[in-house]
Amino acid sequence: MENDILIQTKDLVKIYPMGSQDLVALEKVNLTFKKGEFAALVGPSGSGKTTLLNIIGSLDTPTRGSAIVMGLEVEKLSHKKSAELRNKHIGFIFQTFNLLPVYTVYENVEFPLLLSDVPASERKQRVMQALEWVKLADRHRSKPNQLSGGQSQRVAVARAIVKMPSIVLADEPTANLDAENSHNVMQIMEGLNKELGMTFIFSTHDEKVVQYMRRIISLDDGRVAKDEFVKSVKKRV
Amino acid sequence: MIKFLIKGLLRDRSKSLFPVLTVTAGVTLVVFAICWVGGVQTNMMSASAHFRTGHVKIMTRAYAEQSDLLPVDLALVGTDSLLGHLKASYPGMIWTQRILFAGLLDVPDESGETREQGTVAGIAISVLDPGSPEHKFLEMEKSIVRGRMPQKSYDCLISETFAQKLKVNPGDEVTLIGSTMFGAMSMTNFTVAGTVRFGISALDRGALIADITDVQTALDMDNGASEILGFFTDDIYHREKAVDLAEQFNIKNTDPDGEFSPVMLALEQQEGLAGMLDMVGMMSSVIITIFIVVMSIVLWNAGLMGNIRRYGEIGVRLAMGEAKGHLYRSLLLEAFAIGIFGSLIGTVLGLIVSFYLQYHGIDITSFLKDSTIMLPDVMRARVTSSAYFIGFLPGVCATFLGAAISGIGVYKRQTSQLFKELEV
Ligand SMILES: Nc1ncnc2c1ncn2[C@@H]1O[C@H](COP(=O)(O)OP(=O)(O)O)[C@@H](O)[C@H]1O
Ligand SMILES: [Mg+2]
Repeated sequence: MENDILIQTKDLVKIYPMGSQDLVALEKVNLTFKKGEFAALVGPSGSGKTTLLNIIGSLDTPTRGSAIVMGLEVEKLSHKKSAELRNKHIGFIFQTFNLLPVYTVYENVEFPLLLSDVPASERKQRVMQALEWVKLADRHRSKPNQLSGGQSQRVAVARAIVKMPSIVLADEPTANLDAENSHNVMQIMEGLNKELGMTFIFSTHDEKVVQYMRRIISLDDGRVAKDEFVKSVKKRV
Repeated sequence: MIKFLIKGLLRDRSKSLFPVLTVTAGVTLVVFAICWVGGVQTNMMSASAHFRTGHVKIMTRAYAEQSDLLPVDLALVGTDSLLGHLKASYPGMIWTQRILFAGLLDVPDESGETREQGTVAGIAISVLDPGSPEHKFLEMEKSIVRGRMPQKSYDCLISETFAQKLKVNPGDEVTLIGSTMFGAMSMTNFTVAGTVRFGISALDRGALIADITDVQTALDMDNGASEILGFFTDDIYHREKAVDLAEQFNIKNTDPDGEFSPVMLALEQQEGLAGMLDMVGMMSSVIITIFIVVMSIVLWNAGLMGNIRRYGEIGVRLAMGEAKGHLYRSLLLEAFAIGIFGSLIGTVLGLIVSFYLQYHGIDITSFLKDSTIMLPDVMRARVTSSAYFIGFLPGVCATFLGAAISGIGVYKRQTSQLFKELEV
């Protein structure tokens, strides 16, 4: 059972110094995520969702407390080790897609593989496979500016999963998408979770996202206000 | 990975084309500035060299000490053999002899009585010989105002201002009253072939130019000359070479006790020109330094802006698991490539412009109308060896430094912060 724990935070505190008074973004957050979870951090804007995801993803470090990801304490990692952790085990999906505009869809998805010297033939196979998952294999030569928002976010999903990471962190992935595309993207991620066992942690305040969740963690002013596992999945559009 | 970076560079013009253009423009300017300042410096030297000092000059020791009095009695003798010796020993130089003398110019009326008289500063040069280098040095043909060049013995040129003062016209007879090398009085008739204006007030006030063989006869200084000027064949003053040449010559030929033994002085050892040369040299280094510093700041800033604009890309790459050191090195590599490329193009462009202006020059006559400075009419750039590489200094270093310093932000900032800056 212990081995199933991918992420554990212990009294996690994040404080941003803001002039004279400090801004407490996270206040003693204790959370544990197990392999295969499909969970969301929900809460109003400014409640600390992004901050928590960034710390888990080792893009940011806690002020106090610790975050253990894949057995590593992120606050103690060197630049190099934290890059390695991200590269091997964590996929990111952002609200604004953040595709690199000068590269093709294929090249965008290929990029994480270039960082770890995957041989060319294997790269090709994995990129195309990831694009199959998001149903965009036929668009691999397109440039990001030729894609719709929904397609862009699906490319971002492909880029996040191409390395088969254990954890995917998605920060408000549907905030810039319409209802149809939101469901589309959510169903793809749900499929990845179910079939490949990837752990997904979302940050959202979108009802359409929340209804897919099996665990909902409510944040309020940097504190965990509620942490509930949802048994029955709601009806979807 | 390298391929991935190169693709990114080539496809994103704001990463490649615009930075390269900025570097190119800056480097072109630096290279051109250096050639231009160097050219102006050379041009100033060349006016002085042509009219007065040569690149090196040989006089007797006694003459050298009082040269401003134009003492013909202290002139060099046996200059034919000395010239022959010089031409044989220094094949890379052009040698020419001159006599500078003072005298009185007498303009007679129809009956032979004195109508006008004036003191004259005479310059005797090889003017009748069509192969004489003096034609090029003094640009006499271009300076003729009225009349023509001397064509036969006892033809002379006088300065236009002087001619007007004495009311002399081309074709008139004048009498030069001077003193011979041995102190006797001499009177010689010359025909005014034409009038000249050099644009150098010292000469235009009252100069007479005559052929050296005529003056040698007139002043009874057969085979003598007050000075022998030496010029480098490229007509450019080379400081070290000239000083070295003079030193070597003097060791061999100067007898420290012989008043009349020849002594060679480099351009800068005459008339306090070393000070001027140093000053011009210092000014040009100051100008060039300022230029390089300013360009460096501009290019550095461009590098800085470039990286700040890329925070989004940098954030994504870090999130995908690229190590900060790897990313930082790739930014430096890109800056280096852009710096080298831009500097190459900039240097080539700067050199093209400079070479063009070295051969064609800019006519500044209209700016010099009332000037008394000894400046040539056409200013030319001069391509020096340093022009080939000095542009790389601001071009590569500044671009590289700009990227290096702005890239430190990649290290210092929390990665999450890079995204925040993106969203603003
Ligand atoms: N880099 C930062 N500097 C200062 N304050 C920040 C910074 N990042 C986030 N905050 C603050 O921390 C709080 C939590 O932010 P965030 O985690 O982005 O919330 P959410 O994603 O839930 O909207 C907010 O009040 C926000 O203003
Ligand atoms: Mg947020």
